[in-house]
Amino acid sequence: MTCKRWIALLFAVLAIAIAPLGAYADPPESGAATETDAAPSMETFLPDTRQTEDTDAAVTEKTDETAEGGIGWWNDLKAAFKLNFIDGERWRWLVEGLAATLEITAAALVIGIAIGVVIAAVRSSFDKNKAVLRARGGVGYALFCCADALCRLYLTVIRGTPVVVQLLICYFVIFANISEGIPIAIIAFGMNSGAYVAEIFRGGIMSIDEGQFEAGRSLGFNYVQTMRYIVLPQVFKVVLPTLCNEFIVLLKETSVAGYVGIMDLTKAGDLIRGRTFSAFLPLLAVAGIYLLFVVLLTYLVGKLERRLRSNER
Amino acid sequence: MSDKPLIRIRGLKKHYRGGAIRALDGVTTDIERGEVVVVIGPSGSGKSTFLRSLNLLEQPTDGTIEFDGVNITDPHVDINLHRQKMGMVFQHFNLFPNMTVLRNMTLAPMKLLGKSKEEAESKAAELLTRVGLADRASSYPSQLSGGQKQRIAIVRALCMDPEVMLFDEPTSALDPEMVGEVLEVMRELAHAGMTMIVVTHEMGFAREVASRVLFMDGGKIVEEGTPEAIFDRPVSERLRGFLSKVL
Repeated sequence: MTCKRWIALLFAVLAIAIAPLGAYADPPESGAATETDAAPSMETFLPDTRQTEDTDAAVTEKTDETAEGGIGWWNDLKAAFKLNFIDGERWRWLVEGLAATLEITAAALVIGIAIGVVIAAVRSSFDKNKAVLRARGGVGYALFCCADALCRLYLTVIRGTPVVVQLLICYFVIFANISEGIPIAIIAFGMNSGAYVAEIFRGGIMSIDEGQFEAGRSLGFNYVQTMRYIVLPQVFKVVLPTLCNEFIVLLKETSVAGYVGIMDLTKAGDLIRGRTFSAFLPLLAVAGIYLLFVVLLTYLVGKLERRLRSNER
Repeated sequence: MSDKPLIRIRGLKKHYRGGAIRALDGVTTDIERGEVVVVIGPSGSGKSTFLRSLNLLEQPTDGTIEFDGVNITDPHVDINLHRQKMGMVFQHFNLFPNMTVLRNMTLAPMKLLGKSKEEAESKAAELLTRVGLADRASSYPSQLSGGQKQRIAIVRALCMDPEVMLFDEPTSALDPEMVGEVLEVMRELAHAGMTMIVVTHEMGFAREVASRVLFMDGGKIVEEGTPEAIFDRPVSERLRGFLSKVL
């Protein structure tokens, strides 16, 4: 899968980038020994005396290149890196975990938006058209009342219970006879996200000037068409920053997927930790990857936001 | 064309809070084809509510409105179809800010009348030329002045080929120097034979363009007649009081 290859590449770059941080995890005496051990060897190997005035960083770098075996903390780090990621191709776990995390997040996002838009439309149109529909009466009004009540119930239940509990209920109760974790996680996270997205969109719909609805209706659009062609495109622009926030939360929330036996990114890091008994590098790598994707997502949404806004001015 | 009136309004009432507030208290009148009816009256007299009731943006409490022979106050009538034939212009323009002028004008004809893009755009271009804004087709509403926005709002409604145009205080939100350009467009429209119902405070426009003037107060039509009759020979005390304040 080309997608996986890209993720592997990304991970490799990231791991190298954050590797120096690993130095601080080493015992302090090895760090102290580094300085004293390395300095004399520098003098003997380097003919140019000007080099001795160089900064510590340069010294370290040179040492690493010239001295066979290198300095202590660097070697320790390399060993730790090899143990945690290279041995037994454990880096593959992280890649697989990341793929699962991204898959769950992306699919849940789509479900969440779909549920959110529908619920927001039902809720706000009920509030707005209640009087007219009541006057018309009949089955339509009864159905609409039921739909609104259902949406309220959904929001109350989903927002009132922890996502981990919802995930466990989905896995062990509702879909107990399905052993495939990821599709269940997608449904659970999608339903959870949908409740929050619904309220984000409802807030957005309420923020649009009543005159926009009236202009649409006066041209002959019905309520749904007015929503679709006129109001929602404007709503989308208004809610984009809040929506981005929700996406970030969703991406990180999927880290509890390990509860139902899915090897997502967090679980992968934890598995490595359990195998190698070193917590620092695997967990730091996991944190770094989450951070990277949140930054990436923020950047992309920011770009989209600017494009939508420049459209208007 | 039938000789029946285009709009027949009978005993139209709009009450709020169970009758405590009577915005409309029994309005009865006919709007003939080609007529330009100007509605005047003090603020709170119900003239905007009256206008907005005609296309059911306000749901009347009681009474009937027959448009083209169809009782549109019947809840089982598809009001959306009839609204296509009733263009409306608002005090605050209500252009769609996320669309270009052209898109503002072509959206409804394309989605509702099934016109092709070319058809809708050529009609829009023709109307834009008529109001002198052909060069603003690709502008966004935020780039236009108030007067330009209102002219666009008028032609947006005209793109649907309406049988009647409803104007809800179209010049009230404009800077004084922009009122003229909007009234000019409305004047031309009236001369072209469009049926128009205009709520306005522009007495000069009413006197010049109206074929009939309705004076409303307290949710009722207090006096109606030709502009000359209303402005030069007011009968009721309330109309005289009103005119002495505004003229």
